[in-house]
Amino acid sequence: MTEIFGVPIQALLGQLMLGLVNGSFYAMLSLGLAVIFGMLNIVNFAHGALYMVGAFFAWMLLNYAGINYWFALILAPIGVGLIGVLIEKTMLRWLHQLDHLYGLLLTFGLALVLEGIFREFYGSSGLPYELPQIFRGVYDLEFMMLPKYRAWVVVLSLVICLITWYVIEKTKLGAYLRAGTENPNMVKAFGINVPLMVTLTYAFGVGLAGLAGVMAAPIYQVSPLMGSNIIIVVFAVVVIGGMGSILGSVITGLARGLIEGLTKVFYAEASTTVVFIIMAIVLLVRPAGLFGREK
Amino acid sequence: MKHKLLVSAIAAAMSTGMMMAHAQQGKLSGDTVKIGVLTDMSGVYADYGGPGAVAAARLAVQDFGGKMFGKNIEVVNADHQNKPDIAKNVTQQWFDRDGVDMTVENLNSAVALTVQALGKEKNKITIVTGAATARLTNEDCAPGTGIHYLHDTIALSNVVGKAIVKDGGNSWYFLTADYAFGHSLEKDTTEVVKSSGGRVLGAVRHPLSTGDFSSFLLQAQSSGAKVVGLANAGGDTVNSIKAAAEFGLTKKQNLAALLMLLTDVHALGLNTAQGLYLTEAWYWDLNPETRAWADKFSKVMNGRKPNSNHASVYSSTMHYLKAVQAAGTDDTAAVMKKMQETPINDMFAKGGKLREDGRMVHDMYLFQVKTPAESKGAWDYYNLKGTVKGDEAFQSIAGGKCAAVKK
Repeated sequence: MTEIFGVPIQALLGQLMLGLVNGSFYAMLSLGLAVIFGMLNIVNFAHGALYMVGAFFAWMLLNYAGINYWFALILAPIGVGLIGVLIEKTMLRWLHQLDHLYGLLLTFGLALVLEGIFREFYGSSGLPYELPQIFRGVYDLEFMMLPKYRAWVVVLSLVICLITWYVIEKTKLGAYLRAGTENPNMVKAFGINVPLMVTLTYAFGVGLAGLAGVMAAPIYQVSPLMGSNIIIVVFAVVVIGGMGSILGSVITGLARGLIEGLTKVFYAEASTTVVFIIMAIVLLVRPAGLFGREK
Repeated sequence: MKHKLLVSAIAAAMSTGMMMAHAQQGKLSGDTVKIGVLTDMSGVYADYGGPGAVAAARLAVQDFGGKMFGKNIEVVNADHQNKPDIAKNVTQQWFDRDGVDMTVENLNSAVALTVQALGKEKNKITIVTGAATARLTNEDCAPGTGIHYLHDTIALSNVVGKAIVKDGGNSWYFLTADYAFGHSLEKDTTEVVKSSGGRVLGAVRHPLSTGDFSSFLLQAQSSGAKVVGLANAGGDTVNSIKAAAEFGLTKKQNLAALLMLLTDVHALGLNTAQGLYLTEAWYWDLNPETRAWADKFSKVMNGRKPNSNHASVYSSTMHYLKAVQAAGTDDTAAVMKKMQETPINDMFAKGGKLREDGRMVHDMYLFQVKTPAESKGAWDYYNLKGTVKGDEAFQSIAGGKCAAVKK
């Protein structure tokens, strides 16, 4: 069997595949963060909590209303998006002109409140979400067993990322959005409702987090802590990719998954730390991030 | 001058006499018995201990009558967030400033080791229930102040490890939480496996609260071991088992959850957990006495059933309060003496004995998780498969490494 640094190539391929799966979660989450930061200049620390809320919505739909995974995939992100509208309209609205720090503190507080509410009612160990019947079982890829559901996660998240990138970078709506961030008054002068656009962008960004939450529900425990476990890593991803860079966040998200996978083979103890080492190095060499533009 | 000296000598003698008289009357330091429940209130172990542990301690105080020698018994609690430094600060403040007489629960082995060392330094009783590292009554033992009440890594590996090797699971690979507890559990289970004639093929160590276990399981899968031993706890164990089922690991290999409590089975759901072997010191559905206490607990905990850790917090707090009453003081040495002299007979343990090295010896049970069809509903999860006598499950003092009490 071929080996690389004493690790069989089969095992390495397996880890890279898993890295890709985890990477697609990171990509989905950091994409939403990047959109919100790019368009609203808000460092949305509530992102992880809203990802958790998305997963809980899916769980509630299934267990209280008997609504299955497929509908949850649409309904839960809409629900999370509506919460986003509420947050933006009532709270974030007043912070756009202020320093980033205010938005960060507010959203961080919101995250703690949301987490606390769900912990109060559902405990901290989490709840099981049944895997949809169609995804039970594994694909045998020779070098590893890939559960069908994980394959679906990779495909779906790549499609979503691609669509988002296309809409923002290549369509008229996206052009309005980008212009609205650059110079809101000028865009208003053209008769475009900028505040509405901003609200919808925030709702869309957190809706992505909600969607990632639904996708995560069958894999992980639906737990109040799932958001805070992942948010710091996701932030590191966004910083490495370059704050506000959409393509950067997606690519870095996937790359982070791969690097984490490799670390788990060679030195598992460091698997949760490695991303921060990379972040530190990137910030030293390119302070605006890999794909960010210096302002 | 002489006269003055005499006066002050008399005054001093009188005040000492008065103080002594006062002490005999009051009997309690700070005029109250204060119990500190230190636990993880919001993190990965919050269901394992957490609010349930606080509720259990309060129930014990309530059942005791709420008063000691006519004075109040208080319960305070704090969230250590699984960080030994926070635990140390809180406990230090409790002992030095707030007049806390005893701390209980103290889950997370890294926390427990810190708290027990501090209790030894300050001469205060520390009762560890949730944490499992056997170092608490071995290398790092604190006879006279430190008590280890529930299970430890040696007993856990003795019960489950032996049962599985006997069943044919003779090659092992470990998935280990990378801190004091995981390391102890891996080490102790390795010894049990080897002495029963099995082999250990390797181990991978993961950081505490890892979200995704698939990579680690892939490594376990390629090791070819018959048994994958999970030397982790709480949410980490739950996520490991979920991922193992998802990746089809359980088709060729068996999982051994070395530390798994009822609350983890609840979180996992019977579909995934069915058939697993596990060991606990207590289960709510063992007999009428345990059921009655569990009902009381459920009433204050939104219908949740207690696990063995919650029951042991109740039992140890009650045992402590009774010892204070019997000793007539909350003085550490006197209370500890009473606690060791009196056997523990309550809903948690029958004939339990607190040894000099701090270990509370009681029976352990081997359970198998029910299938969804067998279960009558939420929290009806275990079939009893065997009882292991305390002396067999736990290490003897002679076999241990607690130098201060070893004969």
